[in-house]
Amino acid sequence: MIAWTIYVTFAGAILLLFLPRTSARWIALATTVAGFAISLLALSRMPIVDLATFKTIVRIPWVPMLGMEYHLAVDGISLTLALVTGLTAVSAVLFSWDVDHRQNEFFFWLLLVVGGSYGVFFSADLFLLFVFYELVIVPKYFLIAIWGSTNKEYGAMKLTLYSFFGGALVFIGIIAAYAATGSLNLYDLAQFQFSTQLQSWAFPVLFLGFAVLAGIWPLHTWAPTGHVAAPTAGSMLLAGIVMKLGAYGALRVAMNIFPQGFHMWSRYIAVFAVIGILYAAAVALRQRDLKFVIGYSSVSHMGFVLLGLATANALGVSGAVLQMFSHGVIGALLFAIAGTIYRRTHTRDLDTLSTMGLSRALPFAAFAFVIASAASMGIPGFSGFAAEITILIGTWKSYPMAVWITGAGMVLVAAFTLRALKKSFFDTAVSTNGGTTSVSSNASANALPPITIAEKWGAGLLMFATLAIGLYPRLLLDRIMPAVEAMRFLKQ
Amino acid sequence: MYIELLKLASPETVVVVTALVVLALGLANERTAGLCSGVAAAGLLFAVAAVLMLPQQATLFHGMLVITPLTSLFKIICLVLAFFTVILARADLSSRNRGEYLALVLLATIGLMLLVGSEELLMIFIGLELTGLSLYVMAGFDKTDVRSAEAGLKYFLFGSTASAFTLFGISFIYGMTGTTALAAIGQKLTTAPVQPLLFVGIVMTLIGFAFKIAAAPFHLWAPDTYQGAPVPSAAFIASGSKVASFVVLGKIVLVGFGPAQGSAAWHAMVAGWAPVLAALAALSILIGNLVALAQTNVRRLLAYSAVAHAGYTLLGLVAGGREGFSATLFYTTVYAFTLVGAFGVVALVRRETGGDDLKNFSGLSSRSPLLAGCMSIFMLSLAGLPPLAGFFGKFYLFSAALRAVDNNGLLWLVAIALFGSLISLYYYLMVLKVIFVDEKSSSTTQPLNPSTSADFLQEISLTVLAAVVLFLGVMPGTLVARIIAAVQ
Repeated sequence: MIAWTIYVTFAGAILLLFLPRTSARWIALATTVAGFAISLLALSRMPIVDLATFKTIVRIPWVPMLGMEYHLAVDGISLTLALVTGLTAVSAVLFSWDVDHRQNEFFFWLLLVVGGSYGVFFSADLFLLFVFYELVIVPKYFLIAIWGSTNKEYGAMKLTLYSFFGGALVFIGIIAAYAATGSLNLYDLAQFQFSTQLQSWAFPVLFLGFAVLAGIWPLHTWAPTGHVAAPTAGSMLLAGIVMKLGAYGALRVAMNIFPQGFHMWSRYIAVFAVIGILYAAAVALRQRDLKFVIGYSSVSHMGFVLLGLATANALGVSGAVLQMFSHGVIGALLFAIAGTIYRRTHTRDLDTLSTMGLSRALPFAAFAFVIASAASMGIPGFSGFAAEITILIGTWKSYPMAVWITGAGMVLVAAFTLRALKKSFFDTAVSTNGGTTSVSSNASANALPPITIAEKWGAGLLMFATLAIGLYPRLLLDRIMPAVEAMRFLKQ
Repeated sequence: MYIELLKLASPETVVVVTALVVLALGLANERTAGLCSGVAAAGLLFAVAAVLMLPQQATLFHGMLVITPLTSLFKIICLVLAFFTVILARADLSSRNRGEYLALVLLATIGLMLLVGSEELLMIFIGLELTGLSLYVMAGFDKTDVRSAEAGLKYFLFGSTASAFTLFGISFIYGMTGTTALAAIGQKLTTAPVQPLLFVGIVMTLIGFAFKIAAAPFHLWAPDTYQGAPVPSAAFIASGSKVASFVVLGKIVLVGFGPAQGSAAWHAMVAGWAPVLAALAALSILIGNLVALAQTNVRRLLAYSAVAHAGYTLLGLVAGGREGFSATLFYTTVYAFTLVGAFGVVALVRRETGGDDLKNFSGLSSRSPLLAGCMSIFMLSLAGLPPLAGFFGKFYLFSAALRAVDNNGLLWLVAIALFGSLISLYYYLMVLKVIFVDEKSSSTTQPLNPSTSADFLQEISLTVLAAVVLFLGVMPGTLVARIIAAVQ
């Protein structure tokens, strides 16, 4: 049943090419809602026991001569990521309700990203996974280059080339595994004993290839520029889904098929992850563009995911998966609010925004941004807290030192988040000529168009998700943990 | 005996007869251009039918004419490529001398069929020359354009020099082994020790083919010829001639020179043709991709990308064996169809805007969404992105290369190829950027030539080609199964 997320999404994308533009956004909405509904239904229907192993749902020979199969499977990790994909996709469509330039094409590319992502999360055949993984690259280019802002062609090309570079590394890792075994089946590969020599070089190549997309330091620079250049929905998809593709691939493919290689390299991954968390947070503190702040915060949060993966224990890795969900939701929400502000004020410069008194002009946006910031900082009760605390407990078992350093990093995260929050919404009293500015800002603020219903729904959905998982993380953790425990690298 | 020959050579006979008929029709009356195209297309389709009726296996005159599933498959592919070239020519050339031009296309096709269908060095050389001579004239066919003359002359000078090398190489090989049949040469090489002089012969033979497939450093003719020649000629040079050359090259090195393969593995190189081809491949990939970055003319860009693709395709031959050869054949077939399609789009854009620079493509997506969609499929397939055929082709090639040699010996070559693909994505995306992102430039608002029924036909054929590229990407098994069965 869950496989229909893929089919529905691609069918919607193809349908968009042939139907008139007036219906484009409705088709996109219907498609994404259907995808999300299917994932939700799977969450409620599939017994938790079934999600403990990567269980085949579809298996058809594809290119039998070379051992390729159309092979889909699902476990708790896949399902969690499918949920965040559906969630982000629905709200991304809602936040692009007013796109008025070449709508059909816009939603076509958007749905391709979504469909490809579902495909990656459910693939149990390495070739199939790679097909979906690479399928997502080009739509991102067009989404950013056509509908983006600020330096869009540069940002789009940089992001595309980085993704493709990561893809090339993944490709080498995949064919190395394929050449050694003659199989592309993830089950078979996860049983196979690769030689230590092969693992020692193939693992870092494969892991790094995926980690480029997850924004590993120092190959993260595509993320801030790409996020800034992208249209609102594009940033939401990038933060919510695309960065997860990398982290998911690193876990499902690299770590699972080369466990020895993983154990050889895990401490270096942890070092890179901690540097990424601190470095991105420190850089975010100095940014003037609101989207750059959020872009670097994404890199910082994805650092937590990598740190969780590097712990190599069940708790840390489960926390990493939960953090993928959590950051998907929070990152999408932050970018969505930044996008709504930009649409109305045509600026993202924090100093300019601070003179506008936006908290009064756009109260709903302010409310949503407060929620998102709180979740992003890791305030208890939101999903960010649940995920990061799980990761840190896991890290404590493996690298106690890293917890201390990361703790300092969390202070930086709080600092830049609060700075952005204050500057963008709550900075009405400007010191130089307070009285006049507040009057003029009121005047300009009144002219801003109000938040639309679609935007309220989109933001509401994401806020609900982060709260729900924050209050009841077991909803996902119960499904993630057994699936993580079934993975091979934990047993060695 | 002759009846037998006529039966087995029936596809070639059909094409010869068609070529003569088209030539006569063209000479008889200037206004029969449309009829000529129709006859040529029909003749090619008849030839395809004739190929389908050939027996499974046959050999004549010690391998001068061989029929196997492999030769039949690639004869069909060459005929289909010629068919699309004829359709391209219908829309592109002015109707003057149409008959002569189409007759040349058909003669070149016969050369390709002889090349594909022979396992004997002399016959292969005749095929090479017949193809070459027809293509030289086709490249220089547009008498009103200086660039076309330049293209023809360059192609001719480089081509004849390369042929001389090949012939010289063949004479060495004949002198060493006393035979020109590939299978016999292969047997001689297994029993007798390989002498240094033989390597000279092998390398010289390879030079002629490196020229045909436009591998660096024998690629210098390609940019000018691709840019200057009439579009259908360029398309045929880039597709049909390349496919046939790869088939023959594969047969020569794997059947004829098989024992002298050597090894291109890193740190374990053994003298033979494999390291030579590996060096050609690496050089082609790097030079082709890096120089393509700087191009502003789409046809020149396609020429340099063709150099790079020749490099990728050689990877399969370097890997050797059945799997490597199958991968090479799949990739070159896919590449040929993609490139004919890309040249088709270039031809239409050229008709409409009067040029084929990148700027002529700006705003194509709003002028003609169909052409823009087809072009994006062709470009992304060349870049090797799923779900298009180029992606599967690259996966097949690179995995074959890595699997062929123990201990991932060819990883260095695969890494270079992947690095090349990364570079190539940039310039393919630049083409698409111009098409989809850039707004319509003011100079191209007025179409120079209103569309005609020929354009309509061409758009249909482009759509078919794009569908083929997409289909072979989604269902590569259909063609791979045939090729693997044929290579057995």
